[in-house]
Amino acid sequence: MDWMQSLRLAAPEELLSISGLVLLLASAWGQTAKDARAVNWLAVLVLAGAAAMVAPTLCQGIGGEAALAFGGLFSADAFAAFAKLLIFAAAGASLLVAPAFFERHGGYRAEFPVLVLFAVLGMCLMVSSTNLLTLYVGLELNSLAAYVLAAFLKADERSAEAGLKYFVLGALASGILLFGMSLTYGFTGTVSYAGIAAVTNAGLSKGALFGLTFMLAGLAFKISAVPFHMWTPDVYEGAPTPVTTFFASAPKVAALALTIRVTIEAFGGQTAAWQQIVGFAALASIVVGALGAIGQKNIKRLLAYSSINNVGFMLVGLAAASSEGVAAMLVYLAIYVPMTIGGFVAVLMLRDESGHQLEAISDLAGLSSTRPLIALGLGSVMFSMAGIPFFFGFWGKFVVFQAAVAAGLLPLALIAALGSVIGAFYYLKIVKVMYFDEPAGKATGHSDMVHDWLLAVSALFISPLGWLLTKGLGALAAIAAGVLFAAT
Amino acid sequence: MITALAFYLFAGLTILAGALTILARNPVHSVLWLIMAFFNAAGLMVLLGAEFIAMLLVIVYVGAVAVLFLFVVMMLNIDFAELRAGFVRNFPLGIAVALVLLAEIVIGLGAVGQGGIVLGTADGSAAVPADMSNIKAIGMLLYGKYLFLFEAAGILLLVALVGAVVLTHRKRAGVRPQSVPRQNARRPQDATVNVKPEVGKGVSL
Repeated sequence: MDWMQSLRLAAPEELLSISGLVLLLASAWGQTAKDARAVNWLAVLVLAGAAAMVAPTLCQGIGGEAALAFGGLFSADAFAAFAKLLIFAAAGASLLVAPAFFERHGGYRAEFPVLVLFAVLGMCLMVSSTNLLTLYVGLELNSLAAYVLAAFLKADERSAEAGLKYFVLGALASGILLFGMSLTYGFTGTVSYAGIAAVTNAGLSKGALFGLTFMLAGLAFKISAVPFHMWTPDVYEGAPTPVTTFFASAPKVAALALTIRVTIEAFGGQTAAWQQIVGFAALASIVVGALGAIGQKNIKRLLAYSSINNVGFMLVGLAAASSEGVAAMLVYLAIYVPMTIGGFVAVLMLRDESGHQLEAISDLAGLSSTRPLIALGLGSVMFSMAGIPFFFGFWGKFVVFQAAVAAGLLPLALIAALGSVIGAFYYLKIVKVMYFDEPAGKATGHSDMVHDWLLAVSALFISPLGWLLTKGLGALAAIAAGVLFAAT
Repeated sequence: MITALAFYLFAGLTILAGALTILARNPVHSVLWLIMAFFNAAGLMVLLGAEFIAMLLVIVYVGAVAVLFLFVVMMLNIDFAELRAGFVRNFPLGIAVALVLLAEIVIGLGAVGQGGIVLGTADGSAAVPADMSNIKAIGMLLYGKYLFLFEAAGILLLVALVGAVVLTHRKRAGVRPQSVPRQNARRPQDATVNVKPEVGKGVSL
């Protein structure tokens, strides 16, 4: 194995880990809020740098042998690059909004951006994994950092509860995943996806089927697909809002990309074995996500159910088990990330006179008259999530359904479309509360520039103007998905 | 011949130490017997040619786990007499659990007799080369082929460490840490005052 070649392929990950270590040292001495802000900006710069290093891989559509590093333990292919770009963007946006939030809640600390960087490193390993070992190390690196981030506000009881809940349930899910991995290893005799595919193409033994099922259960927890979604609303509500922004975007991308890799690369020859599982999880997520959100009074809980709902739509694309399906999923992810970030940034901007965060939906009443721009931004996020035509979110749903129908899953697509109608109800309810209810007059506090810009950018991206991007985005997603299917 | 003798020695002592672990009245003695059982199990592993696992048993189980047990037993004030008080009452339940375990072993052996589960064949990437001890072979894999994952696992442990500190560390009032630069910068004239109090007035500090 050529070490130089390997190091070159994994350069973004090396940049992340080295700068994470350096910033960790810096944060050991820089204890003030000002130092923390500086570390935060440096972390954002590092993410931007890593994104710049990854982008060429995607554009050139590198895949197969040329992308393998470290003797086949790591694959820097175009598919991983697509997911990494989304992860870097989501993590960067979450970092941008973090200092303002934490400074209002008793001080920002430089460990926050450092932990985010390491979580991002873990996610990079996840999406680049070519075997079960890299998968697990990456997943745990991401999860361990995430548990700490959820409990980052030590003085806040809800944050501590969220962290503990996430930790206990996450450890259980990791155990289930590990159990599935050990069964898969035992019955196929190898940990590499290519090796597993070679064995299972000849026929799936009972034991390997059990392994696959347990692995999918563990992964379903990480992407918060029904029936392993119970932790999501509690953790999203309790965790500090910038952390929730991060949870709802970056790890979702990583875990979904990982699920795609496992199902397509390792079990691609046994589609029938997992298609039903993924199809069920998709439908259940859509229905439970839509129904669960209706009664919510807290906007963060509502967005948590909405993320469950969105994961369901993405899994519809995976259930199609085709290159088009995976490309559709990637397009949906690329639209989902700015949508989610826009939604949570708008929530972060809702403050009362003394600067306290507002989270109740009733506080949104009449927002259009007090803060028209936030109302416009949040409104377009809601329209887009509901999949109202000509908002960009509609296109994501459209391509996913198109792929499902092309793969002969017409019933699945039909039920999913019906589910999106239920979902539209609560999204539109928020719009109604903001535009047609008597003003509650609570959200009067002001937010800083960074929030305004982030909301503006994401709102523009998901507005009908986003349609200008369809061609480029579709082409990139097709390249990324094509790389994955070229190998199998 | 000598191997058989060594095997019976280690195996017999393992069983003896295991029995004494659960029979000893004093919990500290139990832990010491457990350590002896671990040592003899390590001996059995050496006989099998698995030196690495033997080392692991001694270092991890004896060195860390058993000592940890010992600490817990000695530092926590557990009333073992009270724990044992319910023995007769719970005896039937204990017997039932033991029977279930026995039945599982019997069924398991029977199932193996009928032909075991067909596992996958290993791809050979972890096979021990003939001219190498298995410690060296594991080292070659860990620091060669899997170096990338080894380093990643290192970062994983670092994150766990940092996370634990972030969540538990807090600034406490009333602590007086040493500040070496401040100590060094202090001059005698800052620290002492020369006063000449009037007779009968005393000193004001």
